[in-house]
Amino acid sequence: MATSTQAPARRTGAPAHRPDRNRIPRTFYWMVLPAVVLFLVFHTVPVLQGVFYSFTDSPGYGDWSFVGLENYVALFADPQVRAAYGFTFRFALLATILVNAIALAVAIGLNGKIKWKNTLRGAYFVPNVLSILVIGYVFQYLFSGSLPAIATALGIDRLSTSILADPQLAWVGILVLAVWQATAFNIIIYLAGLQTVPGELYEAASLDGASSWRQFRSITFPMIAGFFTINMVLALKSFLQVFDHIIALTNGGPGTSTQSVGVLIYRGGFQGGEYGYQLANAVLFMIVIVAFAVVQLRVLQRREVSV
Amino acid sequence: MTTPTSGPNTIAAPPRPARGADPDGPDLPGRPGGRTRRPRKSREEYRVNWWLTALLVVLSLTILVPLYFTVVTALKTQDQLGGTGFAFPTEFAWGNFAEAWQLTEFPRTALNSAVITVGAVVLTLLTNSMVAYAIARNMHRRLFKGLFFYFISALFVPFPILMLPVAKQTALLGLDNQVGLILLYVVYGLSFNIFIFVAYINSIPRELEEAAIVDGASTWTLFWKIIFPLLSPMNATVGILTCLWAWNDFLLPLVIVSDPRGATLPLVQYVFQSQFTTNYTVAFASYLMAMAPLLVVYVIAQRWVISGVTRGAIK
Repeated sequence: MATSTQAPARRTGAPAHRPDRNRIPRTFYWMVLPAVVLFLVFHTVPVLQGVFYSFTDSPGYGDWSFVGLENYVALFADPQVRAAYGFTFRFALLATILVNAIALAVAIGLNGKIKWKNTLRGAYFVPNVLSILVIGYVFQYLFSGSLPAIATALGIDRLSTSILADPQLAWVGILVLAVWQATAFNIIIYLAGLQTVPGELYEAASLDGASSWRQFRSITFPMIAGFFTINMVLALKSFLQVFDHIIALTNGGPGTSTQSVGVLIYRGGFQGGEYGYQLANAVLFMIVIVAFAVVQLRVLQRREVSV
Repeated sequence: MTTPTSGPNTIAAPPRPARGADPDGPDLPGRPGGRTRRPRKSREEYRVNWWLTALLVVLSLTILVPLYFTVVTALKTQDQLGGTGFAFPTEFAWGNFAEAWQLTEFPRTALNSAVITVGAVVLTLLTNSMVAYAIARNMHRRLFKGLFFYFISALFVPFPILMLPVAKQTALLGLDNQVGLILLYVVYGLSFNIFIFVAYINSIPRELEEAAIVDGASTWTLFWKIIFPLLSPMNATVGILTCLWAWNDFLLPLVIVSDPRGATLPLVQYVFQSQFTTNYTVAFASYLMAMAPLLVVYVIAQRWVISGVTRGAIK
């Protein structure tokens, strides 16, 4: 509203940039103000609160006192925490690699000269539309009921009991669900990337007699390296926070063999009276995730340039 | 490996006279340049790689089989369970759906999910794009640039760190309900949405706005009349992603919603699962009912969804 009076002034006055610069922002301030306030209240303040309580022995209710860095020291000696980090990293690294490899391969296929292009693309995107928790229950039944039945019929002893009940194998089930669900979205991103590669490059390459593998290595991959970087960083970040998959499939079990850091923080913090302690865990987790993202970006981007 | 080498064949093959079937065919001889390119392109497009197609069809079974499994299990009676579970039901137990409908109080739960999803999508589109516009057009100012990085940095803050405090805070403010969830989806989506909106707005030429300013348009008018309509592809992307997130999300409702009457669809499956673990057929009917709404929407709007997300990714 304030700016509506300003336009005529501008028309009569010189093409002055000065009034322009001083007056228009007022509206811009109003545009961002509510968002800033809400973000502050619902994101920044809780984060700071979390950091604050990580230095206390608060159980989540009632009295608390400062304990300094005690929580953090205790974290490093806690075998449950160590196991959760171990599981989470192993899972996240494997899932990130698998999802990206499969998604890239399928996306290249879907970008090829195939029949029923749109229908096939549509089918591959379906898992992304479904809730992880709900589809997780379906997979749980598949793993614990159908798979053993099939394995028994085929005479494979190793798989004749539910893999989810096996502390050594339960993580595989979680990995399968995660890859099944997450690949869909990455396929779309890679498809978008592949469409930015000009077809002329392939024509020229095949004139020179380049094999398809050579074409992939020298044209396709370098051209979509940016998409690869983004996908890798986002996938790792979200897999590190794995939660729904585990709740649906194993609930952290058997024992604590599939307890991720996210599940541990939720359980200990909400149900276990370890509010302050698990917040210290969350802060540590944040530092780890940021470090990972930064390193990953650095490494991947350096490679992007050098290819 | 998966990219077929089509080059040599294409080059060896002479231009086919049969291309008259092509709508552009008759014009071609008259168009210099188009003559050599056009036929090759269209021929290439029509030479289907059947091996690749077959491979992809077979691979797509990995997606369709679990869905088939869900449907047949939901339609079975208790005594048809067992075995691999892939057998087709001998008699259909439609009653499973009625029972699941009642146990999960489906109408109310689905309505909760729908209200939250629609609210989150509408508010996200209206506000996040506006914030991104203000930031994108003022990036040269330190304050707005700072805001940009402030919002973006939240991308790397894991949810667990604010999960416990925000649950307390929303309870304190009386926002441990649908309204609170809508707000949180709008606020937590901001980081990523700003990221893609800003990139897109930067590609819109400023001349458009400058012309309108000369005509006396205010910043609000500029945004709503010029920028917002131009953002449609991005709005589609952000709308779809927000919709999927809000409808399927489990963790946020789990920690925020305190009143069982405010439960969303994923939340109610969770409660349902822990209470009726043995009742598989009804459970599957319930899962199917939780999946169905978005699945139906997706099947109808499939092309649009994919092209929306794809365009968003390209920027």
